[in-house]
Amino acid sequence: MTLLEVRDLTVTFPTPRGPLDAVRSLDLDLEPGGALGIVGESGSGKSMTSLAIMGLLPRAARRTGSVRLTGQDLATLSEAELRRVRGDRVAMVFQDPLSSLNPYYTVGLQIEEAYRAHRPGTTRRVARRVAVEALERVHIRDAARRVHHYPHQFSGGMRQRVMIAMALCTEPELLIADEPTTALDVTVQAQILDLLQEIRRETGTGLVLITHDLAVVSEVTEHLVVMKDGRCVERGTVEQVFTDPRHPYTRALLAAVPRIDDEIGELRAVRATDPTTDPTTDGARA
Amino acid sequence: MPRFLLTRAGSGLVVLLLVCLFTFVVFFALSPDPAVQICGKNCTPAVIDQIRGNLGLDQPFWTQFAQFVAGIFVGRTYGDGAGAVHCAAPCLGYSFQSSQAVWDMIVQRLPVSATIAVGAAVLWLLAGLLGGLLSAVKEGTFLDRFTTGLTLTSMSIPNYVLALVLQYVLVVQLRWLPFPQAVRFADDPGQWFASFVMPWIVLAVGYAAAYTRLTRANVLDVLRENYVRTAHAKGLPPSLVWRRHALRPALTPVVTIFGMDFAGLLGGALITETVFGINGVGKMAADSIARNDQPVIMGVTLLAGFLVVVGNVVVDVVYTAIDPRVRVNA
Repeated sequence: MTLLEVRDLTVTFPTPRGPLDAVRSLDLDLEPGGALGIVGESGSGKSMTSLAIMGLLPRAARRTGSVRLTGQDLATLSEAELRRVRGDRVAMVFQDPLSSLNPYYTVGLQIEEAYRAHRPGTTRRVARRVAVEALERVHIRDAARRVHHYPHQFSGGMRQRVMIAMALCTEPELLIADEPTTALDVTVQAQILDLLQEIRRETGTGLVLITHDLAVVSEVTEHLVVMKDGRCVERGTVEQVFTDPRHPYTRALLAAVPRIDDEIGELRAVRATDPTTDPTTDGARA
Repeated sequence: MPRFLLTRAGSGLVVLLLVCLFTFVVFFALSPDPAVQICGKNCTPAVIDQIRGNLGLDQPFWTQFAQFVAGIFVGRTYGDGAGAVHCAAPCLGYSFQSSQAVWDMIVQRLPVSATIAVGAAVLWLLAGLLGGLLSAVKEGTFLDRFTTGLTLTSMSIPNYVLALVLQYVLVVQLRWLPFPQAVRFADDPGQWFASFVMPWIVLAVGYAAAYTRLTRANVLDVLRENYVRTAHAKGLPPSLVWRRHALRPALTPVVTIFGMDFAGLLGGALITETVFGINGVGKMAADSIARNDQPVIMGVTLLAGFLVVVGNVVVDVVYTAIDPRVRVNA
């Protein structure tokens, strides 16, 4: 059965100038253990997509369409039922690990509470052991000591490892990583991507990776969706899209990726065409 | 931690010494000759000289200052021979008006002022935190706007006006309350409460309004924090998200402000006690200023400085306990 099946997802915000569609009739499919990249520039609706899947949209937002997790439509669940899915079956890693961790509590406590929320009756001792193991799994050295530390005592890359450990401690079926490497420097980015790959291999967790960076997607996922203005403009395997992009926007994105053989000082900006007037807009491969 | 405390206490001591010096300059060196005031009517130059000698006013400035400071720590003796008066530590001198020891005057009146201060603080904390929380939870609703209006109104009413209005309405017109008196709780709890409830309200209203605004703003800020979103994404129950991830960060800054405000309450007590005629430290300060009773003014000023310095140290210590970022980096 498909792990994640999103159909006709639309997210609308009321604005003074009328309703604004942040996401427009988006379809996504992910097999168990698979990896899907969602690529797009700021404001393309990719983060709203992830929040819509989690049921964490801002109160003003309206959502239509369906989000099915192993066949179950999350839109039909009550808030309490949805809460049991969040963090247990679907977990999330956010962009900025410093602000996404609460500065007032040790990382140990923050992992423990994630675990205990879904395993009622777990003692603190057991939860503590889970937290230590979770930190060990993301290769944080000296984990038994580090659980007592606060987020500000970790470096940026280590904090993101903590976030990943926290997301994985409940062994979710699906991990949504929203720009997990954007706030990190390049060498640390590579380490975090390696870690995500390793975790997928070892745990079989499905991964939705949201990023603006095509290079990141190409390293981690097999399938990718290119979003622009809330719409999917192109989809396919990474290889297909990289070798034979259909939509001019995708071509512009690909051309903008800096290459090692570029002339020094040469960077290409994305000059996207307006999809509403461009006849080649329908680049989606069904 | 103990080292941190020591340095804080040390710097606090330096601040107090500077406050001492400043008030000493203002009230002793710059004001009219105290000897003339003490001497009063039917005065002769000989008597004035004698008083000067007794008070040490004929000494150079720094000697006088040193004697004053020494008096606080080890006590001092005024005059010599048979007429000598020993003033035990902590000695803040004697009132020019009543000849009472300033220290004793303060000690006598402090419980009343403390009662007003603590009662008002409890009141404004309760009102401010509850009002702010409610306002934040119900953001944008009628209740929120009503609270905002109420806080703005109460912040713009001067507390002496409120004191007079309350007194007129509740005591004179409706006769619900007696005129406030400094009753001790042990003597008559009912009377005690009836006496202090108006001063509490008057002193608390402005702070309650400010704390409501502060709490509301803090809570709304924290609710927009990424870590609150993380907490929801982890599937934590909303009550836990509130209690653990929203309230604690939102209320931590209130501790800082509260420490400072509470320490600085003597200024507020001055007005409240004077209006209600309650004989606390605040009223004593007002009276001593009106009569230019310099030793008393100095004593009260030092007390106020001391409270602020201690309040700051306490806030620092409490803060290290509740904010791990301060604790670990210190």
